[in-house]
Amino acid sequence: MDTMSLLMQGFAVALTPESIMFAVIGAILGTLIGALPGLGPANGVAILIPLAFSLGLSPTSSLILLTSVYAGAMYGGRISSILLNIPGDEPAMMTCLDGYPMAVKGKAAEALAISAIASFIGSFIATIGLVILAPILAKFALKFGPSEYFALFALAFATLGGITGKNQFKTLMAAAIGLMIATVGIDISTGVQRFTYNTLELFEGIDFIIAIVGLFAISELLFFLERHAGDGLKQVAINKLKLSPKDIVKVLPASFRGAVLGFVAGVLPGAGASLGSFISYTLEKRTSDKGEFGKGDPRGVAAPEAGNNGAASGALVPMLTLGVPGSGTTAVLLAMLISLNISPGPMLFQQNADLVWGVIAAMFVGNLVLLLLNIPMVGIFVKLLSIPPKYLMPVVTLIASVGIYSVSHSALDLYFMVGFGVLGYIFRKVDIPLVPIILGMLLGPEMEKSLRHALVLSDGDWTVLFNSGLSIGLWTVAILGLVLPIIIGPIVRAKMKRSKDTVKDS
Amino acid sequence: MLKTLSLKSVLITGAAALTIAGQAHAFEPARSAECIAPANPGGGWDFTCRSVGKVLVDQKYFSGNVQTVNMSGAGGGVAFAHTVSKRASDDNLIVAASTATTTRLAQGQFPGMNADQVKWVGTLGADYGIIAVGKESKYTSLSQVIDALKKDPGAVKFAGGSASGGWDHLKVLMTAQKANVEKLPNIRYLAFSGGSEALVQVVGGHVDAFTGDISEVKGFMDSGDLRVLAVLSEERLPAPFDSIPTAMEQGIDSVAPNWRGFYVPGKADTASYDWWVDTIDELYTTQEWKDVMTKNGLMPFHKSGAKFTEFVKNQTLDIKILSQDIGLIR
Repeated sequence: MDTMSLLMQGFAVALTPESIMFAVIGAILGTLIGALPGLGPANGVAILIPLAFSLGLSPTSSLILLTSVYAGAMYGGRISSILLNIPGDEPAMMTCLDGYPMAVKGKAAEALAISAIASFIGSFIATIGLVILAPILAKFALKFGPSEYFALFALAFATLGGITGKNQFKTLMAAAIGLMIATVGIDISTGVQRFTYNTLELFEGIDFIIAIVGLFAISELLFFLERHAGDGLKQVAINKLKLSPKDIVKVLPASFRGAVLGFVAGVLPGAGASLGSFISYTLEKRTSDKGEFGKGDPRGVAAPEAGNNGAASGALVPMLTLGVPGSGTTAVLLAMLISLNISPGPMLFQQNADLVWGVIAAMFVGNLVLLLLNIPMVGIFVKLLSIPPKYLMPVVTLIASVGIYSVSHSALDLYFMVGFGVLGYIFRKVDIPLVPIILGMLLGPEMEKSLRHALVLSDGDWTVLFNSGLSIGLWTVAILGLVLPIIIGPIVRAKMKRSKDTVKDS
Repeated sequence: MLKTLSLKSVLITGAAALTIAGQAHAFEPARSAECIAPANPGGGWDFTCRSVGKVLVDQKYFSGNVQTVNMSGAGGGVAFAHTVSKRASDDNLIVAASTATTTRLAQGQFPGMNADQVKWVGTLGADYGIIAVGKESKYTSLSQVIDALKKDPGAVKFAGGSASGGWDHLKVLMTAQKANVEKLPNIRYLAFSGGSEALVQVVGGHVDAFTGDISEVKGFMDSGDLRVLAVLSEERLPAPFDSIPTAMEQGIDSVAPNWRGFYVPGKADTASYDWWVDTIDELYTTQEWKDVMTKNGLMPFHKSGAKFTEFVKNQTLDIKILSQDIGLIR
């Protein structure tokens, strides 16, 4: 009941004109970014963080804006999946399987509408899950001492590759690069300077936000340049929407199942949205009657969309309560929280109750806005999809540069941003994933700190790392998380590929 | 007659000229001013700049606005260097500072820079240090903690929100030193990236004691999860904190205010420096500022001009000696 009253207070924050405005702006920008092939939610949030900074928004408004962008990008990902057969982002890949065939059959409008409804259900149920689970987990988080936190960070790194990750070795390498960058600066446990070369600007280490904007946004610019800032892409024409209530009822069970599965996958660190949508799709295919999966079955559109949107909200649970992000995008959001001097974790629910519940309430509002935007107004986004990137990318770069400069008023930060952009470009060329770098940068110092603290408390006894049931449990999951993908990963990926190939063949 | 008259007129003209000259010397602030907050938005310095800027404009000291500029880096070092090297004679610039600034200056963490390179204007309040334990702790007074430390300096482990050697760490060391605890370097301090993280560990029962500021603990004090053993102020704080005993009451002469104030560039005009000192003095007495203090848990603490400069000098020296004593710096 306590939760209810807090949530109501949250709605008081979320329903102010200012908050609604930012939710709407975020939803529109997010959908647009999600719809553009290649620009996923992590990029979207990374590009818009500087915007929040340069506008001087309050923490609550920034977070409402960026969570709406996040949710919007998850919605938007489906548009290019369905119309172009190119997933807007990785989690939207499964939506191609049945979405594109539906579009080819002249049912593009139906596919878009069904997926919008499924996305809504996915987000809605997962947000309810967040409301219920987060406060419980926040209380439980008090049980986490330094050694438990160390195990938890180890778990986050171990499961980083996830089941859908392509190359475990490259993931590991990326995480190591992140950890290396994180060592720059004054070590707070000893006060010793590391790799600062007496440069004042390096004393506090390299700002995550600069790295994130450089790696994601600036490297994206370089990619567009390379493609000669090509024109819009060819897409399937949209028919007039003919959707009966019966059609909607038909996909509801699939949406609900997808939502719950997605949420669970999202809460688990490292698993994330891709896994959420994959499990939802496979389960739906297996449990449902034969249907026409892979040939344009509406349920095949609904399940993965509910799954990936559910996972998106689920991933916020560990981020807000423990400070450990469950996915790349939540890692980016976490970096922003830290930059705003808000430390996530159990204290967040105590000290910044207004902010947390305001943002959660804003997620409900944003979700409703997204549903409204995505059914009647989907045509606008489809049109935006054909805007040549040559107009879009300069705007993105401008926003990024102004935003980064406004945080520190230091030109050196801009050089760093460009440097990270070039690095990001190279990494992406050689298929080194970017998210583990960010996670390494974010979690590395925390992990080091936890280890030191644990050892100080135990007077140097290493067994302290394994002497509570909780930490042993976490280590077990961590080991499973590291080993299982090596065994199961290839099987799952082969399946994903096979189901995608069958679509192409048909 | 003519002579006296002319002499008189000369005198009058001369006096008038002097008055005009005097007025020309008095500092007239520009339409707008700038306040550098040497950190990201949302922290203490950012708060100092924004709240003082607002009151300055509300009280009509500036017809334009007081722009807060965030300049993070090196715990204030980037802003300090910027002020010293690029803005040395800017009359319309103030920079937010606190005990963290003097601590870093004292420990040489701003390489090649020292407290004399800027002019210290004044403080507008302080956040007093506290030492607290979780509700299940066996300690019920600061004296008990000190006794335990005297037997074994590693017996009580402290968690705080500043880096090793930072203000939260120093508060423990200063208190222990005043109570004649030996082997100060053996006192265990766990550095967290913020007061709230450290608090959670103490409330969760993982670390013995918390060192921080009074403004950080209200939530857990109200919920009964945290027992504040002592506040490091000269007198008891006003309600709702009046039930907390001071360290002095417990026989330990330790006072640790984390002040909030400003400095201006070192080559700023004397007249402009005086203007800022007078303005901060006036601002401190306004009802609007008192409301800001109450709302944000700032306690009375005001020093300005020469007195404040002296205070900064002494504090920097004290911290330097203590840091050398315990081996934090050589």
